[in-house]
Amino acid sequence: MKKIILLILLMASPLLMAAGGGYYIGEKVQTNIRSTESLRKGAKTYMNYCMGCHSMDFQRYNRVAADLELTEDEMMNGLVLTDAKFTDKMTIAMDEVQAKQWFGKAPPDLTVIAKARGLDWLYNFLINFYADPKSVTGWNNLTLPNASMPHVLWELQGVRTAHFETHTDEEGNEHKEFKNFETVVAGKLSEQEYKDLAGDLVNFLDYSSEPAQLTRMAYAPWVLLFVSLFTFLAYLLKVNYFRDIH
Amino acid sequence: MGKIASSNSKGGFMGWINDRLPVTQFYKDHLSEYYAPKNFNFWYFFGSLALLVLVNQILTGIWLTMHYKPDASQAFGMVEYIMRDVPWGWLIRYLHTTGASAFFIVIYFHMFRGLLYGSYKKPRELVWLIGMVIYLALMAEAFMGYVLPWGNMSYWGAKVITQLFGAVPFVGDALVEWVRGDYLISDATLNRFFALHVVALPLAIVALVVIHIAALHTVGSNNPEGVEIKQHKDENGKPLDGIPFHPYYTVKDIFGVGVFLLIFLFIVFVKPDMGGLFLEHDNYVPANPAVTPEHIKPVWYFTPFYAMLRAVPDMQLGALIMLLAIVVLFFLPWLDRSPVKSIRYRRWPFKLMLSLFAVAFVILGWLGMQGATELYKLMAQVLTAFYFFYFAWLFFYSRNEKYHEVPTRIEDH
Repeated sequence: MKKIILLILLMASPLLMAAGGGYYIGEKVQTNIRSTESLRKGAKTYMNYCMGCHSMDFQRYNRVAADLELTEDEMMNGLVLTDAKFTDKMTIAMDEVQAKQWFGKAPPDLTVIAKARGLDWLYNFLINFYADPKSVTGWNNLTLPNASMPHVLWELQGVRTAHFETHTDEEGNEHKEFKNFETVVAGKLSEQEYKDLAGDLVNFLDYSSEPAQLTRMAYAPWVLLFVSLFTFLAYLLKVNYFRDIH
Repeated sequence: MGKIASSNSKGGFMGWINDRLPVTQFYKDHLSEYYAPKNFNFWYFFGSLALLVLVNQILTGIWLTMHYKPDASQAFGMVEYIMRDVPWGWLIRYLHTTGASAFFIVIYFHMFRGLLYGSYKKPRELVWLIGMVIYLALMAEAFMGYVLPWGNMSYWGAKVITQLFGAVPFVGDALVEWVRGDYLISDATLNRFFALHVVALPLAIVALVVIHIAALHTVGSNNPEGVEIKQHKDENGKPLDGIPFHPYYTVKDIFGVGVFLLIFLFIVFVKPDMGGLFLEHDNYVPANPAVTPEHIKPVWYFTPFYAMLRAVPDMQLGALIMLLAIVVLFFLPWLDRSPVKSIRYRRWPFKLMLSLFAVAFVILGWLGMQGATELYKLMAQVLTAFYFFYFAWLFFYSRNEKYHEVPTRIEDH
């Protein structure tokens, strides 16, 4: 029994690692990587709103089309706004040096951003923009305070301001705590529609961070089933051999 | 025409071979007539599993090398190229990355087995020492492999670890530059780490593993009872409590391989990142000398030692403590002076202390992954002290240790 407890401790220890970071994560996102519908919507939003500044240097148009079950025509004429070739990587024309001058920081490549940030972070970043006259871009973000990115999707979400409460703790330090948003200009989408759009976009970013996950998950049950059968037979063989050993 | 004289030639194809190279004898010595104790338990799977993981790392490594370029401007993209454009590249890479973590899990179990059953004791001191050298080589191998994807944690991890060489008195700074091949972590560093990771260290590890097994097969395997089976042989010179490695333990180890593969492949196919534990989030950001990751931390298998490094306020002293934590393990065969091998016949003080030692090591590993707070730092200091205290305690305690009577034979279970 002691041994078993020890073993469990040993094996579980790395899993006890807590997630770090002090980012504001108000709500979790639900995505379904198997929903081609959702991925297509996300891809469309990405091409229309994100790809002006954010490249996907490691991803190819034809791979996205294949995984999202789109024809070359649907992909290149329906989704892609530039004259890129079907087999091209999803690069952008923006110059990095100039971008740095405009935004203070070049917009990062987003191919594997979902792996780096996590889905909840991305989702919360997308839904938590608010107008802030003190900021250079006129926008600020609850999840990534003082983000250098303006609210590109503002016409969809609308313009909101944020209200904060200031608390003073026992040691006399002031803490600013977020209270609520106030809509100043309504967006084209309702709140739920906007959240769905953000969810689909996050789903697409998740897909693009690892297109192979669709294949990987499809193989998983069969691989594990095969190894289970193999292990069962190996067990029977072992028992049979050790029958004579006392 | 001359004829090779041989008195024991049996003729035929194998006879012809055996007259020139004793293949059959080798097979007998190490498999069909290598007598292993009949009472191996769960803990004895990990030796063969380590061999399996080594083969996995070498094979997947060869295929990764076919598609990777050690070039600082391309390396990050090469990994994504493997993940997307190389057919089955994602599987090869995940087998390799998961294999790296699996290697350490298996090795830590394998080493702890040695602590439980006193496998480092006479006559197996060399087996333990060679094993420790393999462990060191494996750490270097894993560290350099981690740098190759050229993510931001690769970069900053490499910076922190190479900086440790700066703790060497007098020549520290020159040594750091020599290791890096540059004033900072750069393309030159990536190139040399690639050379060491794919050629030098694997060669060394394979050679060391062969020596490790050769030494083991000279003295014979220990077992959970800590009884020397070679002391009781039948009239043909076979140990009475031994069974031929093949077929008995090959068959049993194949079952062990099955169970291992179930867990291993589950991770590869379902959760290859292990929630940021096997593949860290910050390593999906390309290497950037201008942006420091929020928490610089090594992969989980180095974190116990990393916690020790951070526990000491002085960097030079911390590096020394970390080094000593590994060096002290080399001396274990001489620190433990008890004649009894297995924990089964040692009394509660040893059982308690070894359990605490294991728990301390695990908690240190956890602490090494956390941000540095005052409480965590204090915990790491206490546990680091305990880590070393354990060995000092063992040295004095084991001298006149009271123990239960050890049987001379392995009893039937």
